[in-house]
Amino acid sequence: MQGFLDSLIAQGYFAGIPRDLVYLGGMLAFGLLVVLVFVLNVAGVTTFVERRVWARIQNRVGPNRVGPQGILQWLADGVKLVMKEDIVPTQADQILFRIAPYLVIVGFITTFVVIPFGSRLVIADMNVGLVYITAATSIVVVGILMAGWASNNKWSLLGGIRSAAQIVSYEIPAGLSVMPIVLLTGTLSFQGVISQQGWAPPDWFIFNNPFNFVAFFIFFTAALAEGNRTPFDLPEAESELVAGYVTEYSGVRYLIFFMAEWGNLYVIGALATTLFLGGWNAPPVTDNPVLRAVLEFVTFFVKSYFFALVAMWIRATLPRVRVDQLMSICWKYLVPMSFVNLLGVALWMVIFPNGARVVQYLMTLGGAALVVLFFRRVVQHWRRQRIRERGELYLSPLV
Amino acid sequence: MSLTGFEVEVQRNGKTGLSTEEMTLNMGPQHPSTHGVLRFVVKADGEVMREAIPDIGYLHRSIEKISEKVGYHGFMPYTDRVDYVAAMFCNQGWGMVCEQLAGIEVPKRGEYCRVIAAEMNRLASHLLSVGTMVLDIGAITPFFHAFREREKLNDLLEELCGARLTYNYMRIGGVAWDLPPGFAERTLAFLDAFEPCLEEYHDLVTSNKIYVERVANVAVIPPDVAVNYNLVGPNLRGSGVDYDVRRDEPYSVYPELEFDVPVARGELGTLGDCFDRYIVRMREMSESCRILRQCFKQIPDGPVIAKVPRKFKPPAGEAYIRVESARGDMGWYCVSDGSEFPYRTHVRTGSFSAMSIIDWVSPGLMLADLVAVIASLDIVAPEVDR
Repeated sequence: MQGFLDSLIAQGYFAGIPRDLVYLGGMLAFGLLVVLVFVLNVAGVTTFVERRVWARIQNRVGPNRVGPQGILQWLADGVKLVMKEDIVPTQADQILFRIAPYLVIVGFITTFVVIPFGSRLVIADMNVGLVYITAATSIVVVGILMAGWASNNKWSLLGGIRSAAQIVSYEIPAGLSVMPIVLLTGTLSFQGVISQQGWAPPDWFIFNNPFNFVAFFIFFTAALAEGNRTPFDLPEAESELVAGYVTEYSGVRYLIFFMAEWGNLYVIGALATTLFLGGWNAPPVTDNPVLRAVLEFVTFFVKSYFFALVAMWIRATLPRVRVDQLMSICWKYLVPMSFVNLLGVALWMVIFPNGARVVQYLMTLGGAALVVLFFRRVVQHWRRQRIRERGELYLSPLV
Repeated sequence: MSLTGFEVEVQRNGKTGLSTEEMTLNMGPQHPSTHGVLRFVVKADGEVMREAIPDIGYLHRSIEKISEKVGYHGFMPYTDRVDYVAAMFCNQGWGMVCEQLAGIEVPKRGEYCRVIAAEMNRLASHLLSVGTMVLDIGAITPFFHAFREREKLNDLLEELCGARLTYNYMRIGGVAWDLPPGFAERTLAFLDAFEPCLEEYHDLVTSNKIYVERVANVAVIPPDVAVNYNLVGPNLRGSGVDYDVRRDEPYSVYPELEFDVPVARGELGTLGDCFDRYIVRMREMSESCRILRQCFKQIPDGPVIAKVPRKFKPPAGEAYIRVESARGDMGWYCVSDGSEFPYRTHVRTGSFSAMSIIDWVSPGLMLADLVAVIASLDIVAPEVDR
């Protein structure tokens, strides 16, 4: 972003305006563009995609009435929720109840400040990006706890407290599992992390060494828990807590909570992509800067949306863990494992100061073998259960 | 000298450390996982329950009293509403108790039709039970898989008696209609497709680590407590007590059929936990498939209903019969004074006794476990109140 503005200034645009002011204006303009054009729409479309993906997994059709293939369903839902009455219970803590959703959405949208969509498409490439994003996501828990407390409803309170305990606990393994990347790269900036990876899988940090591979899964699990996703969706477990902290919310405020939640899916994917899967690094096929930017953006989007799809798949598949199990998963397994990982990566860097290419290629092959094995199991399952004969397999995504 | 809140707390309780109040939670009557209109008054210390007192009566419809006003034949449709998830068994129970009062013998084909309908209903009921149990644990997809099969069963039952839920299929002395043409073939084709689905269900749910962790070792009901609290059916067999009315006090044509009674052995946890009750239901579904196949092979020709006068006046006396419903031993008691109307009717249902044990198992469980316990006991709200 800064380079782009520098080149514009060099060409004589913005003459007479202080350079810092131009930077600020550029950041604000790009930030608004990202929020309005990208974030809100991605969050909305994700709700539609999730419902369709669930429907296919569950042998249903899913929403297909509004627009072609129901693609505008999210807009219809949004309009419906905006038109609904925004009820504030009389016994609720009025101020806290009203501002809680905004805190949640602020915690979600501010993460986009440092998410790099391409080598130049980033609002601000902070040199403390990782620390910043950990801090930004922590605001969400304040909002949720506030919503739970202010609703003056016992189910909401339980949901809010569960959420606080969960997010605070899982921030530790999430933070510790990104530390190996910091050790390897020596930087906290996202652009710095990505530029040290390549476009090919062996150059990705997930296949850099065995410890990173484990760290990736710890990170993804902890991120799911921080995003209140199944199997860790206890704060709003509908079969236990009615709707958790959103029980008393309606209308726009409800919409805001859910936009943050679904948008968070993309953030989880974007972080995993940035840190472990090579980020926007695309194969060098073109020198045209615009085409290059598009290619990078598409690469990044596809990689990060893949994780959103995985999270939907997990949500449609797995039951929910209990509160004590949630805590024991975190403190008994994930935290010790991530500490061991951190030490392991440190040792690895001492033993192989320049990295081990052979290990990288072997691990890439291993990863590919895992994918192949998985699909073999799926095919075996089809054959054994005679699903094809039962006529219950609809592979077409269109209905 | 002013005291901080913490010091006040210490003075009041005479001990250090924070003590917190118990929270009283109203779970229901409108709560997504109470399966109908149930209410529990839960005293919780954070997430841990101190007690959960069931509050019944929200669905009381005086069904027993209604029988005294509508007569023997007229009461049959009302029995559907005793347990709407397994209405065939209530039909059968009422039919059997009236036949015993009047000494009517049901034709062989009628008995087979009854068993076929009842076992199909057992499959439908157990599918609903395990489906909603997994849904309450938090997994959404297995519920749809279970309901997919249940819909097919409902289609078949609709073909048989014209209704999908409140069947009103049986009559005093037999059943209302014979099996429709081609019904046997269609049902057998369904069973062929259903049995692999059961295996798939085991793959998806029974072997799921999170699911097992959530239900194994939770809400353990030892065999003696289960007997003392009068648990029946899959709940009793889930505690390891080998008792099934169909085998131990046979009625209808069950003595001519060959089937096993699945009893839990506490495979993945302690004997009598939620998982055991779940697995007993899963295995009972396989047994029901077996019974259905045998029924279609052995069903004789002949009438489906005995000659019963339209003005049904059983001689004065009383009768008590037991039916193994999907929720267990269902007792039907009827006193006749020789008139057209029953003098007194009483139904004893499995859900009522299952409801009473929640008070016993709940202390010390987590709040999330209560949902699993209700689902694993397979409580159907209208059956509790009648």
